[in-house]
Amino acid sequence: MASAEQSLPASKHAKGRLEFRRSRHVKEQIIEALLLGAAMVAVLTTLGIVFILVRESLSFFATVPLWQFLTDTEWTPLFADQRFGIMVLLAGTLTSSAIALSVAIPMGTVIAIYLSEFASDRTREIWKPVLELLAGIPTIVFGYFALFLVTPLLQVIFPSLPGFNLLSAGLVMGIMIVPYISSISEDAMRAVPMALREGSYAMGATRLQTALRVVVPAAFSGIAAAYTLGISRAVGETMIVAVAAGQQPNLTFNPFDQAATITAYIVQVSKGDLPYGSIGYQTIFAAGLTLFLLTLVFNLIGFWLKRRFREVY
Amino acid sequence: MSAQTAELTAIRKMIASHKRRDLMFAGLGFVALGIAFITFVALFVDMLVDGWPRLSAEFFTNYASRRAEQAGILAAWVGTFSIMLVTAVVAVPIGVAAGVYLEEYGGRNWLTNLIEININNLAGVPSIVYGLLALGMFVHTFGFGASVLTAGLTLGLLILPIVIVATRESIRAVPNSMREAAYALGATRWRMVSDHVLPYSTPGILTGVIIGLSRAIGETAPIITIGAVIFIMFLPPSPINTDFPFVSFDWLWSDFTALPIQIFNWTSRPDAAFQANASAAALVLVAMTLAMNGLAIWIRFRLRRRLKW
Repeated sequence: MASAEQSLPASKHAKGRLEFRRSRHVKEQIIEALLLGAAMVAVLTTLGIVFILVRESLSFFATVPLWQFLTDTEWTPLFADQRFGIMVLLAGTLTSSAIALSVAIPMGTVIAIYLSEFASDRTREIWKPVLELLAGIPTIVFGYFALFLVTPLLQVIFPSLPGFNLLSAGLVMGIMIVPYISSISEDAMRAVPMALREGSYAMGATRLQTALRVVVPAAFSGIAAAYTLGISRAVGETMIVAVAAGQQPNLTFNPFDQAATITAYIVQVSKGDLPYGSIGYQTIFAAGLTLFLLTLVFNLIGFWLKRRFREVY
Repeated sequence: MSAQTAELTAIRKMIASHKRRDLMFAGLGFVALGIAFITFVALFVDMLVDGWPRLSAEFFTNYASRRAEQAGILAAWVGTFSIMLVTAVVAVPIGVAAGVYLEEYGGRNWLTNLIEININNLAGVPSIVYGLLALGMFVHTFGFGASVLTAGLTLGLLILPIVIVATRESIRAVPNSMREAAYALGATRWRMVSDHVLPYSTPGILTGVIIGLSRAIGETAPIITIGAVIFIMFLPPSPINTDFPFVSFDWLWSDFTALPIQIFNWTSRPDAAFQANASAAALVLVAMTLAMNGLAIWIRFRLRRRLKW
């Protein structure tokens, strides 16, 4: 009798608590679903990029055969005599990127080794933020710099250099990429455990020997990631080449020539007013798809290198 | 005896040459750093010399003009601020939510792997490709036109990986004991996240957001690609007005220009007077990005000193 009296309010209480728990559970589930939705935006963006590029490129390749796109040696989609040879733009992209990387990779690596293995803590504390600040300068400003300061200086050395040229654009692009490479490589080298260096020093190695034969190999996966990021940056860089390398499609690997890159061509077309759905409009998507695939290949190589050379301590 | 001394001198010679190489490499590193630094100093000095005389109050309050001396950046900086507002509203909630999901909710399964691969890959996609996405998707498929909204959405997507990575890193720095303490007091997962993890990681997230926005503010290629108008003589409609309901979102649909586009436009003119305008506008843009980056570095520096778990 007494127990029944007591159990009644207790069960009521339990029911209330259960309901509270259930509503709390539902709320938690909704929140988790919302958060998942936000995370899926990244996947949707990739899908959106692929969808748009492929959709517009398909209409392009319905008019222009893929074979012609890959083998033609002229790029004149905006002229009466339309020719669509992507290798013309590709040559500009690859030449300017090669110049940039031949500046950025050696300089970035040397700076990273110097800051990580040679410089004092104080020096590093000052220079690292400075380099990061420099990485934040807008590329259009670098374009201005390449056109109005670097090109005139180069013309003093090479008087025949035209006002627009791949050399100046590539060099400035290289300087722009240095902070990215040095910052990420330095992080990777700093993550190498001290014990490895101490072991090397104990065997009588110098700083340079330790840096090149112990630290760099141990940090190689991170350094490779820095290089591939640098390559992606160089291939996709737009404003420097659009401003300083000229917009004349030109099948050349000569740094002293002017030439349009894939990105510069897209900018040139976007500035004008091409009607939606015209072949000229579609060319920028075909060019964009080429660029996207190019950077995707480098990203995948970087991903593979990172896996392949990963060292776990 | 003499053989021994010969060996000794040989070893000494070797040690000396190794030390010399060490010193030479240190010198090389210093020179490389110096070249990078001098280039940047040259850039600043060049901009200052060309642009400083043009910086006046009128430069900020005048529209672009065919006459270089009267041209200003009013439409450009107002446009840039409006775009940044949209960008922040898009990128911050989505980026933080995605970061929270990946760190606190999602386990290790194919879905989180897929999301992670996508984020890593997106960080390496050239910005102009985002412009093409926006041109095909926002401008033509959704019909947003070349508006402030389109530009803001585009740049928001562009900096999303930066915000997500910063969020994840600062959430990871919160020690597990905090989470366990919240759970022990009966908190649900979301309670634990919103009351503990997020407040502790706010400075880190803020750093990432500012760095992301400073990247977005200088991005030129994607907003040229969506077809931003270069010559604009009006401002977007004001968000606040005297008619009911007093707030208006018409500015989202307005045509716009932005600082980097204005610089690009002035740079591509042969007239030297416009070059001076270009460098003055570049000076303003660089000052903005450097101020934002400096702020982020300062927050991080303070954070490192204060927080000791």
